[in-house]
Amino acid sequence: MRYALRRLGFFVLTLWVALTLNFLLPRLMPGNPALAMMAKFHQNGVTPQTLHTLEILFGVNSQQSLLSQYGGYLQHMLTGNLGVSLDEYPTPVTAVIGSAIWWTLGLVGVATVLAFILGTGLGIVSAWRRGSKLDSIVPPTFVITSAIPYFWVAMVLVLVFGLTLHWFPSQGGYYVTTDTPGLNWTFFQDVINHAFLPAVSLLITTIGTWILTMRNTMITTLAEDYVRMARAKGLPGRRIMFDYAARNAILPNLTGFAMSLGFVVSGAILIEYVFNYPGVGFMLLQAVSGEDYPLMQGLFLLITVAVLFAILVADILTALLDPRTRAAH
Amino acid sequence: MTDTPVLEVSGLCVDYVLDRGDVRAVDDVSFTLNRGEFLGVVGESGCGKSTLLFAVAQLLSPPARVAEGSVKFQGTEMVGLTDEQLSAIRWRDMSVVMQSAMNALNPVKSIGAQFKDAMKAHGKPTREEIAGRSAEVLRMVGIDPVHLGSYPHQLSGGMRQRAMIAMAMLFTPDLVIMDEPTSALDVVAQRSLMVQIKELQVNYGFAVIFVTHDMSLISHFSDRLMVMYAGQVDELGATRAVFDRPLHPYTQGLLEAFPSIRGPKVPLKGIPGNPPDLARLPAGCRFHPRCPHAVDTCSQVAPELAAIDDALVRCLRRQDGSLPVEAGHAGHEGSLSR
Amino acid sequence: MAMPVSGIPTETSRATPIQVPAGRAFARVARAVRSNRKATTGTVLLVIFILIAVFPWVIARDSPTQDAYAPTLGLSSAHLLGTNHYGQDLFAQLVWGTRNVLIIAFVVGLATTGIAVLIGVAAAYLGGIWDNSLNVLTDVLLVIPLFPLLIIIAAYAHGGTTLVLIAAITLTSWSYTARQLRSQALTLRNRDFLEAARVRGERKLYIIVVEVIPTMTSLIVASFLTNALYAVLFASSLQFIGLGDPNTVSWGTTLYWAENNAALQTGEPLWAIAPGACIAVLGAAFALLNYAFDEIGNPALRPVRKPARRKA
Repeated sequence: MRYALRRLGFFVLTLWVALTLNFLLPRLMPGNPALAMMAKFHQNGVTPQTLHTLEILFGVNSQQSLLSQYGGYLQHMLTGNLGVSLDEYPTPVTAVIGSAIWWTLGLVGVATVLAFILGTGLGIVSAWRRGSKLDSIVPPTFVITSAIPYFWVAMVLVLVFGLTLHWFPSQGGYYVTTDTPGLNWTFFQDVINHAFLPAVSLLITTIGTWILTMRNTMITTLAEDYVRMARAKGLPGRRIMFDYAARNAILPNLTGFAMSLGFVVSGAILIEYVFNYPGVGFMLLQAVSGEDYPLMQGLFLLITVAVLFAILVADILTALLDPRTRAAH
Repeated sequence: MTDTPVLEVSGLCVDYVLDRGDVRAVDDVSFTLNRGEFLGVVGESGCGKSTLLFAVAQLLSPPARVAEGSVKFQGTEMVGLTDEQLSAIRWRDMSVVMQSAMNALNPVKSIGAQFKDAMKAHGKPTREEIAGRSAEVLRMVGIDPVHLGSYPHQLSGGMRQRAMIAMAMLFTPDLVIMDEPTSALDVVAQRSLMVQIKELQVNYGFAVIFVTHDMSLISHFSDRLMVMYAGQVDELGATRAVFDRPLHPYTQGLLEAFPSIRGPKVPLKGIPGNPPDLARLPAGCRFHPRCPHAVDTCSQVAPELAAIDDALVRCLRRQDGSLPVEAGHAGHEGSLSR
Repeated sequence: MAMPVSGIPTETSRATPIQVPAGRAFARVARAVRSNRKATTGTVLLVIFILIAVFPWVIARDSPTQDAYAPTLGLSSAHLLGTNHYGQDLFAQLVWGTRNVLIIAFVVGLATTGIAVLIGVAAAYLGGIWDNSLNVLTDVLLVIPLFPLLIIIAAYAHGGTTLVLIAAITLTSWSYTARQLRSQALTLRNRDFLEAARVRGERKLYIIVVEVIPTMTSLIVASFLTNALYAVLFASSLQFIGLGDPNTVSWGTTLYWAENNAALQTGEPLWAIAPGACIAVLGAAFALLNYAFDEIGNPALRPVRKPARRKA
């Protein structure tokens, strides 16, 4: 119980740090970006409330001290008021994000789960068959793939399968001109079609890490006495591999997997950019080029919260799977 | 009642295949084990006794491998068989008890689940049969069957070791191989566990190979004693005989290192020096650099194992008679309760 | 971008470094590198890149920035990779761009590793409240998604010069390595040879600098490689999306211009693919070296030699 509280405390702390960074960064940067924003706002016309929000978020035209700005800022954030998007004025940031989040969740979610399952499986088998042909090609191949920049894989796929072979579309989430989003089969098919290449890019670049870390922990686990004991008992090979070795090998990796989600997210940003895929990452980069700072901040917070959430899930899973953590904590 | 010995090991050699060349950890070991016999294997750390044990049980993992020799279990040759071929005899006829139950038991499975694993791997027992037998073996070692649902980390050290022994008894095998099962325990727990093991052995009649570095502990329970040094067998004989009249200078040294409670006060003598690096063995007899009785030939000729009275010993000077056999040390435990 | 190859820092990885005087250690490493195929490949590639960065004029005759040629020429002996939309020689751009990339890689690699050593070892040795606070700092930074953070920083700075990129990346990416180093420093804390130093009466700082850190050399070198790799990936990604200085000659900025001109779609694919390939190869070099070091440091991971089957 105490462990759970400590972990939660850590998450709250990290969230607070992220919020504070969001607060401090625009104020610390030379040439207050907020001023550029104000100019933009004057173009768009602005309601007094929005002006007030901007004041809170960025300290524009603010008469208040830094500390009271900070207080107001936190209050806004914690009540879910992330401000108003500058480019999509007057839509609030939360709504803008809402339109993009499902695209990213689908893409990243599916690709990551697949990469995890395939990667862990391949890592387990590769370690189990130490010294075989499989094991001699797996490590070097995936060592190399895990160092390849995400966007490059995306670009190669776009070039080869999208533009040259025309097997898959190379842009967007769906055919904007011909389709309307809705729960119909054509739309669904269209979405899958468009998501295929981005998902494969993500899969190719992330699977390497899963494979290699699982293989490494598996190799260490296979040297343990209880694996030798399982052999001594005459248990069938597959049972030893899964029940004795893999179940133990995966435990230290779960949290590590969750933490690397930060990297998966980064990769998703770049892949969405290359594919013009209408997800959260693409939106972030558009916000950057459009100097839509409220939206940018909101997205950063969202991503941080998502990663924290994943780590929490991994922690819970580890506790469920490992009787020793349950006892100790 | 068959007369085939339970185990016949001849010329067993185990190599560690390393980058810098193969290192022989077990060199030409041969012995026979009969039904119900208790063989103690003693030696310093690194002498190859554990490796020998795993080689006999066919549980070596790379880079270790059986280079030469044969291991016949109840007449069947085991060297070269695959894990699948071995699974028929594993646990049913031959089981293993390891040094640390904390390491040898799967930390994420309950004790009961690990018993069940073993039983289901050999036959198709029903749920009641599994539950019944699991409870039965636990009671054999004095553990309340309620602990079947416990995880290894929830049991005390002594209980874990007993649970491991109980697991080894699931099929009342003909041979139980034990690798220092008492080393991780305190002195009191050690003794009580040994007594338990001996009791089981006497009641169920299985043979035991017991590896340990604690010679005085094993001497109370074993029928025969095998002393290993630097991968070779240096002495092999009836426990009583080895204890009362140790033939090999190494054995003598080991015995002199253990004080006797009842005898007169004798200054403790260790054996000076260290065991040799198996990759760089001394010429001639492997023990000669540390032997108080070494002469020139000892550094030139490597002795073979030869019989003297009823024991086997690997020592040039004993074999040619230049080192007369004297009476054993006064004060070593005389008759022991059996 | 890629993810940490070794996964989470564990106590078991690199947990048993052997204390060896520095000179002999270097010789052992050299020998290990030669015998390990991955390490040799990685080293060779890295050396090639370093040479290109130091002597670019030897390889590429053209200036990378002068738009002196006809645009969108194909491959030829005069222009090994053709020219881009602006009439610049692509090959020259890549060759000259190597310098920027390697500077970023090495400077960030060194700086980040330096910070990580400082914080990781300090946390392990000072213990108590120092350990706790440094840990919390490290963990928080570990969890916060770095790339989005870098994007925001670079966005507010309206695109960064190389210096800004170096600073931003260094300040944010030391936490993973710090954790690994702290883990290892902790396992070393109670080792016998350190105990001996303590008994000799050596001061804590001496012990840390002279005894502990040299023992952690293999981990420190591997960390440097990892950090250099991430520096390259982060920096070129930022340049790619336009947050670097678009006027610098670098692989990432070349990519930026390529993407800006829709190179893939307008039939100039090499403009986009080639710089990415360079990044991939350099990244592979670092990754191979890193993996090889993993194997050198932890013999259990080495390739298993299947002995020839001999009939007994």
